[in-house]
Amino acid sequence: MRITQLLTTAALALGLATAAVAQDKTKVGFIYVGPIGDGGWTYEHDKGRLAVEEHFGDAVETVYQESVPEGADAERAITQMALQGADLIFTTSFGFMEPTLAVAAKFPNVKFEHATGYKTAPNVSTYSARFYEGRAVQGHIAGRMTKSNIIGYIASFPIPEVIRGINAAYIHAKKVNPDVEFKIIWAFTWFDPAKEADAATALIDQGADVILQHTDSTAPQAAAEKAGNVITFGQASDMSEYAPLPRVSSIIDNWAPYYIARTQAVIDGTWESTETWDGIGPGMVGIGEISDAVPADVKEEALALKNAIAQGAYHPFTGPLKKQDGSDWLATGEVADDGTLLGMNFYVEGITGQIPN
Amino acid sequence: MLKLEKRPQPSRFWTWLTPLLAVLITMVAGGALFAALGKDPVEAIATIFWQPLFGEFAFYYRPQLLIKGAPLVLIAIGLSLGFRAGIWNIGAEGQYIVGALTGAGVGLAFYPAESWAIFPLMVLAGGLGGWAWAMIPAVLKLRFGTNEILVSLMLVYVAEQLLAAMALGLMKNPEGHGFPGSRNLRQYESAHNAELIAGTGMHWGVVAALIAVILAYILLSRHILGYHIRLMGQAPRAARFAGVRPARLVLFCLGASGALAGLAGLFEVAGPAGQVSIDFNVGYGFTAIIVAFLGRLHPVGILLAGLLMALTYIGGEIAQSNLGLPAAAIQLFQGMLLFFLLAVDVLTNYRIRMIRREVA
Repeated sequence: MRITQLLTTAALALGLATAAVAQDKTKVGFIYVGPIGDGGWTYEHDKGRLAVEEHFGDAVETVYQESVPEGADAERAITQMALQGADLIFTTSFGFMEPTLAVAAKFPNVKFEHATGYKTAPNVSTYSARFYEGRAVQGHIAGRMTKSNIIGYIASFPIPEVIRGINAAYIHAKKVNPDVEFKIIWAFTWFDPAKEADAATALIDQGADVILQHTDSTAPQAAAEKAGNVITFGQASDMSEYAPLPRVSSIIDNWAPYYIARTQAVIDGTWESTETWDGIGPGMVGIGEISDAVPADVKEEALALKNAIAQGAYHPFTGPLKKQDGSDWLATGEVADDGTLLGMNFYVEGITGQIPN
Repeated sequence: MLKLEKRPQPSRFWTWLTPLLAVLITMVAGGALFAALGKDPVEAIATIFWQPLFGEFAFYYRPQLLIKGAPLVLIAIGLSLGFRAGIWNIGAEGQYIVGALTGAGVGLAFYPAESWAIFPLMVLAGGLGGWAWAMIPAVLKLRFGTNEILVSLMLVYVAEQLLAAMALGLMKNPEGHGFPGSRNLRQYESAHNAELIAGTGMHWGVVAALIAVILAYILLSRHILGYHIRLMGQAPRAARFAGVRPARLVLFCLGASGALAGLAGLFEVAGPAGQVSIDFNVGYGFTAIIVAFLGRLHPVGILLAGLLMALTYIGGEIAQSNLGLPAAAIQLFQGMLLFFLLAVDVLTNYRIRMIRREVA
């Protein structure tokens, strides 16, 4: 560390010391990438924040900043929260990783929690959800319900999390319907209703009668409703306003239990840097109600699959599985390790097309 | 009744007073907006304008003003040259992105070699990248008579796609576990646009912005080229008679603004932002248009306007986090600034007369 950096750190630490004395409540900050009314990703994080407020009442104060751009502005927003005396700060988008680490280095006494990243520090934890567990359940329903055997998938960015979801859905659709085919459109956005609607319409035109989405708006739901005879799944949020058709189920992000537990840890002084990756079992991933549009036997199978995953009896990535190029990945009965899953950059055998680069 | 009477010449007095008046009206209207949202208007306005400068944590925010203001000033200075000559580069955002990509590309190509020469090369590449991107609308305009407003604007979207492709492909961090985004240049000593004096916010981009202000001032007030630029904007026909060659001015103005935007992108990617990522650009290229006009297309005015804009950004963020104001209200507040400036600008060109109505 250069002397200049040392000086900066010292100056900021001094500021922090004065800030920390001035308060007695535990202050929890949230940095959001989108507006709290996006109906998807940020909306669910903010629901988690409100749950923290409700759970702790007067003992905790929460602050948030919405629509924070990823990059230099994020660093200032996080620093500002730390200066204002936040004890715990959740940064809820992948792009906040480097800024979070940079600020954390200057505020050793503040705890940071970064969602979906892979870098930690003594005062930086990471947390994410095993959304692929939900994707497995979706794939199962999709494979059983498709009549055209074409399933459309609106992907966002070619990052491991998204690729994992595609693979998990494909494996479980294929398992119940060997003729199934996936058509994947890369939208290169997390939230853009117009683009998402275009993608959904294009997929339906290509014969897809099931649309899976890894983008956050309800636009694909609306497009499917308009087209008719197409089923969809809610993403990040329940999107139950489109139930029972086209939306037949959903993956719901449920951050509240984690946010409450981590806040409690800060209050108790037991907070430690951890890497959390929870799924259906601990309740971080929820499966939205399976609507009556799904035949009873399919619904029963899907719930059985969900329970098996929740109890740890079944892992969605269990061999035998091959990679797209035909090379062996997992032997019979072998389960994928988290390292491979976290960095997943390949399709499994049977998916056509290339991951864009 | 009131009557507007056109002034023979724009009033110098009002030219400089209208921006201040616009700020005051924005404070009042913004205060009303915040009050309607159920917040204390005085506290909100004070938070935005006072906290960053003199508040408890001003030691952190003051340097941030420079960091936020430098790219705005650097880009706006370039844009103002063209705007004065009636050459409308609306695509500085794209030139900013391309400059960041070419500059960062040079740095990443040398990784992990350490040498003092790497950063200057990156600066050169950044400026050239922005210049080259601006040359596209310039050449198309001269060769085929296309409209530089449309072409430069459309190229912003092309540049954004290029940025995404780079963050996901060629420039992706090989040690990044497959996630998008380049290596962090702040952790690469030779490529890092670090603070020159710790804790001041003073990085090379700030220095470049100040130099650009001085050079633009000299150019416009002392140099024949500056005279041509002003003449071209005020009286295109007269300019032709005076021997101004419009094609050269188009090349110069678009080239200069592109190069400055490219430099701003390079200083940002190598410093405050640190890496090429999908969401690297945050709209400096567009905000700089407001800054240029708020500063009356005058170098010193732009410097002040850039700092004022940075103040509303940083103060706005504090207000969001401390008072729970929604992000959209802050953006609306910033938008009001330009809106009211354009509105009160009428005083520069017109004078208000009280006249008695003739009785018929």
